[in-house]
Amino acid sequence: MPTPIERDEVQRLQGQRAQLVEVLPEPEYADEHLPGAINIPLKTLDEQSAQRLERGRPVIVYCYDYQ
Amino acid sequence: MSPRAASRLEGLGFGEVYDYAAGKADWGSFGLPIEGERHSGTRVGAHARTEVPACGPHDRMTDVRERVRAAGWDTCFVTDEHGVVLGRLGRAALTREDDVSVEEAMTLGPSTVRPSLELDKAVERMRNQNLTSLPVTRSDGVLVGVIRREDAERAPIQ
Repeated sequence: MPTPIERDEVQRLQGQRAQLVEVLPEPEYADEHLPGAINIPLKTLDEQSAQRLERGRPVIVYCYDYQ
Repeated sequence: MSPRAASRLEGLGFGEVYDYAAGKADWGSFGLPIEGERHSGTRVGAHARTEVPACGPHDRMTDVRERVRAAGWDTCFVTDEHGVVLGRLGRAALTREDDVSVEEAMTLGPSTVRPSLELDKAVERMRNQNLTSLPVTRSDGVLVGVIRREDAERAPIQ
Protein backbone atom coordinates (compact mmCIF):
# COMPACT_ATOMS: atom_id res chain seq x y z
CA MET A 1 0.00 0.00 0.00
CA PRO A 2 1.41 3.44 -0.89
CA THR A 3 2.70 5.46 2.04
CA PRO A 4 0.98 8.81 2.70
CA ILE A 5 3.55 11.51 3.42
CA GLU A 6 3.66 15.17 4.38
CA ARG A 7 5.76 18.04 3.12
CA ASP A 8 8.77 17.50 5.36
CA GLU A 9 9.01 13.86 4.27
CA VAL A 10 8.94 14.95 0.62
CA GLN A 11 11.90 17.21 1.31
CA ARG A 12 13.75 14.41 3.08
CA LEU A 13 13.13 11.96 0.25
CA GLN A 14 14.28 14.51 -2.33
CA GLY A 15 17.69 14.15 -0.72
CA GLN A 16 17.48 10.42 -1.41
CA ARG A 17 16.98 10.84 -5.17
CA ALA A 18 13.23 10.33 -5.01
CA GLN A 19 11.37 10.89 -8.27
CA LEU A 20 8.56 13.43 -8.10
CA VAL A 21 5.59 12.79 -10.35
CA GLU A 22 2.72 15.21 -10.89
CA VAL A 23 -0.32 13.28 -12.09
CA LEU A 24 -2.47 16.25 -13.12
CA PRO A 25 -3.12 17.02 -16.82
CA GLU A 26 -0.26 18.64 -18.75
CA PRO A 27 -1.62 22.25 -18.79
CA GLU A 28 -1.80 22.25 -15.01
CA TYR A 29 1.72 20.88 -14.79
CA ALA A 30 2.99 23.52 -17.22
CA ASP A 31 1.33 26.17 -15.10
CA GLU A 32 3.03 25.20 -11.86
CA HIS A 33 4.82 22.17 -10.45
CA LEU A 34 7.26 21.18 -7.74
CA PRO A 35 10.94 21.61 -8.63
CA GLY A 36 12.27 18.66 -10.59
CA ALA A 37 8.89 16.96 -10.98
CA ILE A 38 7.97 15.16 -14.17
CA ASN A 39 4.43 14.92 -15.50
CA ILE A 40 2.60 11.65 -16.02
CA PRO A 41 -1.14 12.44 -16.02
CA LEU A 42 -3.22 9.82 -14.22
CA LYS A 43 -5.17 9.08 -17.40
CA THR A 44 -1.97 8.13 -19.21
CA LEU A 45 -0.32 6.26 -16.35
CA ASP A 46 0.36 2.76 -17.65
CA GLU A 47 3.24 0.34 -18.19
CA GLN A 48 4.60 2.39 -21.07
CA SER A 49 4.48 5.88 -19.52
CA ALA A 50 5.86 4.49 -16.26
CA GLN A 51 9.04 3.56 -18.12
CA ARG A 52 10.13 7.16 -17.56
CA LEU A 53 10.64 6.19 -13.92
CA GLU A 54 13.56 4.27 -12.45
CA ARG A 55 12.29 1.30 -10.49
CA GLY A 56 15.16 1.31 -7.99
CA ARG A 57 14.38 4.82 -6.74
CA PRO A 58 11.54 6.05 -4.50
CA VAL A 59 8.59 7.60 -6.31
CA ILE A 60 6.46 10.41 -4.87
CA VAL A 61 3.17 11.21 -6.59
CA TYR A 62 1.13 14.33 -6.00
CA CYS A 63 -1.65 16.42 -7.52
CA TYR A 64 -3.11 19.75 -6.40
CA ASP A 65 -4.50 18.88 -2.99
CA TYR A 66 -6.62 16.26 -1.24
CA GLN A 67 -9.44 16.39 -3.76
CA MET B 1 -6.22 11.67 -7.63
CA SER B 2 -2.73 10.99 -6.25
CA PRO B 3 -3.82 7.96 -4.13
CA ARG B 4 -5.10 6.30 -7.32
CA ALA B 5 -1.86 7.09 -9.14
CA ALA B 6 0.21 5.72 -6.26
CA SER B 7 -1.86 2.55 -6.19
CA ARG B 8 -1.51 2.12 -9.93
CA LEU B 9 2.27 2.46 -9.72
CA GLU B 10 2.39 -0.21 -7.07
CA GLY B 11 0.28 -2.38 -9.34
CA LEU B 12 2.89 -1.84 -12.03
CA GLY B 13 5.53 -3.24 -9.71
CA PHE B 14 7.11 -0.14 -8.18
CA GLY B 15 8.24 -1.01 -4.68
CA GLU B 16 8.69 2.32 -2.89
CA VAL B 17 5.77 4.61 -3.68
CA TYR B 18 4.73 7.63 -1.61
CA ASP B 19 1.60 9.74 -1.84
CA TYR B 20 1.94 13.45 -1.08
CA ALA B 21 -1.80 14.03 -1.02
CA ALA B 22 -1.63 17.63 0.23
CA GLY B 23 0.09 18.37 -3.09
CA LYS B 24 1.30 21.55 -4.65
CA ALA B 25 -1.31 23.71 -2.87
CA ASP B 26 0.33 22.79 0.43
CA TRP B 27 3.85 23.14 -1.00
CA GLY B 28 3.26 26.64 -2.34
CA SER B 29 1.37 27.88 0.70
CA PHE B 30 4.41 27.01 2.78
CA GLY B 31 6.53 29.32 0.64
CA LEU B 32 8.52 26.57 -1.06
CA PRO B 33 9.72 27.04 -4.65
CA ILE B 34 7.42 26.41 -7.58
CA GLU B 35 8.47 25.95 -11.22
CA GLY B 36 6.43 26.45 -14.39
CA GLU B 37 4.77 29.36 -16.17
CA ARG B 38 3.44 30.66 -12.84
CA HIS B 39 6.72 30.07 -11.02
CA SER B 40 7.67 31.46 -7.61
CA GLY B 41 8.81 34.78 -9.09
CA THR B 42 5.20 35.61 -9.99
CA ARG B 43 4.04 35.05 -6.41
CA VAL B 44 3.85 37.20 -3.31
CA GLY B 45 6.60 35.29 -1.52
CA ALA B 46 9.27 36.46 -3.96
CA HIS B 47 8.40 40.13 -3.45
CA ALA B 48 7.66 40.25 0.27
CA ARG B 49 9.93 42.18 2.58
CA THR B 50 11.13 39.74 5.17
CA GLU B 51 12.93 42.09 7.56
CA VAL B 52 9.79 43.43 9.19
CA PRO B 53 9.40 44.55 12.80
CA ALA B 54 7.91 41.95 15.13
CA CYS B 55 7.27 41.90 18.84
CA GLY B 56 5.68 39.72 21.49
CA PRO B 57 2.28 40.28 23.13
CA HIS B 58 3.84 41.03 26.51
CA ASP B 59 6.31 43.64 25.27
CA ARG B 60 5.68 47.24 26.32
CA MET B 61 4.45 49.73 23.74
CA THR B 62 7.03 52.31 24.78
CA ASP B 63 9.87 50.01 23.74
CA VAL B 64 8.17 48.69 20.60
CA ARG B 65 7.15 52.17 19.39
CA GLU B 66 10.72 53.41 19.61
CA ARG B 67 12.14 50.39 17.84
CA VAL B 68 9.61 50.47 15.02
CA ARG B 69 10.03 54.19 14.40
CA ALA B 70 13.82 53.85 14.38
CA ALA B 71 13.52 51.14 11.73
CA GLY B 72 11.38 53.44 9.57
CA TRP B 73 8.24 51.31 9.67
CA ASP B 74 4.66 52.23 10.47
CA THR B 75 3.52 48.75 11.41
CA CYS B 76 4.67 45.90 13.60
CA PHE B 77 3.52 42.28 13.76
CA VAL B 78 2.80 40.58 17.04
CA THR B 79 3.94 36.96 17.07
CA ASP B 80 4.15 34.12 19.56
CA GLU B 81 7.39 32.27 20.38
CA HIS B 82 7.02 30.20 17.19
CA GLY B 83 6.59 33.19 14.92
CA VAL B 84 2.84 32.68 14.50
CA VAL B 85 1.04 35.97 13.88
CA LEU B 86 -1.29 36.94 16.73
CA GLY B 87 -1.98 40.53 15.84
CA ARG B 88 -0.75 43.73 14.31
CA LEU B 89 0.15 47.19 15.52
CA GLY B 90 -0.88 49.75 12.94
CA ARG B 91 -0.32 53.50 12.70
CA ALA B 92 -2.98 54.31 15.31
CA ALA B 93 -1.51 51.94 17.89
CA LEU B 94 2.01 53.13 17.22
CA THR B 95 1.11 56.78 17.74
CA ARG B 96 -0.39 56.14 21.17
CA GLU B 97 1.68 57.78 23.85
CA ASP B 98 0.55 55.67 26.82
CA ASP B 99 2.63 52.73 27.98
CA VAL B 100 0.42 49.66 27.77
CA SER B 101 1.31 46.14 26.78
CA VAL B 102 1.34 45.20 23.11
CA GLU B 103 -1.51 42.80 23.80
CA GLU B 104 -3.72 45.69 24.86
CA ALA B 105 -2.90 47.82 21.84
CA MET B 106 -2.83 45.29 18.99
CA THR B 107 -5.49 44.51 16.43
CA LEU B 108 -6.30 40.83 16.64
CA GLY B 109 -6.23 38.38 13.74
CA PRO B 110 -5.08 40.57 10.85
CA SER B 111 -5.96 39.46 7.35
CA THR B 112 -3.02 37.63 5.76
CA VAL B 113 -1.99 36.17 2.40
CA ARG B 114 0.07 33.12 1.50
CA PRO B 115 3.47 33.31 -0.22
CA SER B 116 1.97 31.37 -3.14
CA LEU B 117 -0.68 33.99 -3.92
CA GLU B 118 -0.15 35.47 -7.37
CA LEU B 119 1.18 39.00 -7.18
CA ASP B 120 -1.50 40.55 -9.40
CA LYS B 121 -4.21 39.10 -7.15
CA ALA B 122 -2.52 40.62 -4.10
CA VAL B 123 -2.40 44.01 -5.84
CA GLU B 124 -6.07 43.74 -6.74
CA ARG B 125 -6.97 42.90 -3.16
CA MET B 126 -4.96 45.80 -1.73
CA ARG B 127 -6.51 48.23 -4.22
CA ASN B 128 -10.04 47.01 -3.54
CA GLN B 129 -9.59 47.20 0.21
CA ASN B 130 -7.51 50.38 0.10
CA LEU B 131 -4.58 48.73 1.88
CA THR B 132 -0.93 49.70 1.59
CA SER B 133 0.39 46.31 2.69
CA LEU B 134 -0.57 42.79 3.69
CA PRO B 135 1.20 40.40 6.05
CA VAL B 136 2.42 37.19 4.44
CA THR B 137 2.18 33.99 6.45
CA ARG B 138 2.83 30.33 5.73
CA SER B 139 0.04 27.77 6.02
CA ASP B 140 1.06 27.15 9.66
CA GLY B 141 0.57 30.84 10.49
CA VAL B 142 4.27 31.71 10.77
CA LEU B 143 5.15 35.21 9.60
CA VAL B 144 7.12 35.34 6.34
CA GLY B 145 7.09 39.10 5.86
CA VAL B 146 4.95 41.82 4.37
CA ILE B 147 3.97 42.58 0.80
CA ARG B 148 3.76 46.31 0.21
CA ARG B 149 1.45 47.62 -2.47
CA GLU B 150 4.09 49.94 -3.92
CA ASP B 151 6.55 47.03 -4.22
CA ALA B 152 3.94 44.76 -5.77
CA GLU B 153 2.79 47.35 -8.31
CA ARG B 154 6.35 48.02 -9.46
CA ALA B 155 7.55 44.43 -9.44
CA PRO B 156 8.85 43.15 -12.76
CA ILE B 157 7.05 39.89 -13.52
CA GLN B 158 8.95 37.67 -15.91
